[in-house]
Amino acid sequence: MRRSLWDALLVPAPVLLCLALLPLVVSNNLLLFNFVMFLTLAQGLNVIYGFTGFLPFGYVGFFGAGAYGFAMGVMHLHASPALALLLAGLASLVVGCILGPLMRLTGAYFAIANLAAAQALYQIVSNPALQDLTKGPYGVALSGVFAPTRSYAASLVLLAAVFAVVIWLRNSRFGLSLQALRDDPVSAAMAGISPVRVRTTAWLLSALVAGLMGGVFAWQISVFYPETAFDLSISIFAIVFTLFGGAGTLTGPILGVVILYGIYNAIGITVPQYFQLIYGALIVGLVLFLPNGLASILTRRGIRVP
Amino acid sequence: MFPDGEIAEPLLVIDSLVKRFGGFRALDGVSLHLAAGEVLGLVGPNGSGKTTCINVVAGLHRADEGRVSFEGASIVGVASHRLARRGINRTFQSPHPFTTLTVLQNVEVAATYGHASGAAVDIPALLESVGLDTVRHRVAGDLNSAQQKMLDLARALATAPRLLLVDELAAGLNPAELTAVAARLRALAASGMALLVVEHLMGFLESVTDRVIVMNAGREIFEGKLASAMRDPEVMRVFLGQTHAA
Repeated sequence: MRRSLWDALLVPAPVLLCLALLPLVVSNNLLLFNFVMFLTLAQGLNVIYGFTGFLPFGYVGFFGAGAYGFAMGVMHLHASPALALLLAGLASLVVGCILGPLMRLTGAYFAIANLAAAQALYQIVSNPALQDLTKGPYGVALSGVFAPTRSYAASLVLLAAVFAVVIWLRNSRFGLSLQALRDDPVSAAMAGISPVRVRTTAWLLSALVAGLMGGVFAWQISVFYPETAFDLSISIFAIVFTLFGGAGTLTGPILGVVILYGIYNAIGITVPQYFQLIYGALIVGLVLFLPNGLASILTRRGIRVP
Repeated sequence: MFPDGEIAEPLLVIDSLVKRFGGFRALDGVSLHLAAGEVLGLVGPNGSGKTTCINVVAGLHRADEGRVSFEGASIVGVASHRLARRGINRTFQSPHPFTTLTVLQNVEVAATYGHASGAAVDIPALLESVGLDTVRHRVAGDLNSAQQKMLDLARALATAPRLLLVDELAAGLNPAELTAVAARLRALAASGMALLVVEHLMGFLESVTDRVIVMNAGREIFEGKLASAMRDPEVMRVFLGQTHAA
């Protein structure tokens, strides 16, 4: 309990405080929102990858499901943003349950199947035949609920909740069972851990985070298209940020987002022509020299990283 | 035997067990029984089906034919995690630690999720009994192979099993460690635990087992005392070849 509190005060509290105060000095609200969005998604991905070893390349599928869950709630049910966010979470959980059998796969098979599932979902949502329901490829406009300040605040609340979940996983018996399952599924079963139940819980938890974030995203930008909500680069960024910082820790994904997304924006503004080169070199360097992420610089010396 | 002369139901009963991998019959009609407090050795050349037998009992493989029952109930098709909670656990031929967790966490996980009664386990005492108390805060992936095997044993014991399947635990241990492990296994049997021990080290088996079953090509070829097995012509032929047996 004391360690959980220490973890919370040491890392998430300053991050949340900064993000809450930054709108007072930074006028680019969307840029700040994107930072919060990737911090949340990286931690959500951390739940499933960092703690169970399952790498979901199609993680954006949950995000898109959440965005459309929110949009359809607002469009068809005239739901308030708060209620629509619940629908966003519900939509991602439904998708998570449908894709649950994918957890029988491992490694690259799981990653590829998950990617294919996200693409299938994109095709369904963008299908012109479903225009009445999803607006098909023509996108949705939710100008009636557009509220950038409130949606930014909601994203901070969600980020705080996700930090709390990861801190709990790092310090609870359930988190320990996830890590045991990641290390050795056979031994984990002999230790009495139900692989299906434990993995499914982590899977749905991770899906819920992405779905709720997708809902907040829909609220924040209010006009978007299927290719925006199901943009594969959202998955890729969340994965790269998590791996860069160090999966399985609370601090790693935060470092990944702050450094890489910071560089991404800095390069994109100053020298966009070298963007791919610099970014690619950075990632190759990481894979070669720090395959377990920045956090491993400390953890391999026996220093605990929150 | 019960006081009235009725024969007690053995803890583990395996009857005509068959396990196929494609066209290969790894187990070809194996039968055995094991009572509480008994130590049964499984001996045989590599590929004779010893570990497959353990894997079937532990729920890692599903039997194709035959019956496996524990405490009178069939356990064919029961998942490993349920078997662990019902009182069956095992060690592994190659150690299977949770490499990123500490020794203490390895055992805590098993004590939390695998203990049938939910009773508190004295983890420090357990770690001391297998010689891991001094390394309890080390990450399991940093232990040597012998220590990892002891960790497998400690993790299995943390679930308070009534049947322990021991798969080549002695391989790679030094003489002092062998003596200590043998004493530990005998003590477990004396406490009422049934042990099925797969091992190649005959001296170790002699000191631990009450009787042995010798297997070859998925079948039993001998059952009895280990000393008698050493004099059995069929066993000698399997282990040493036709010329030596003659």
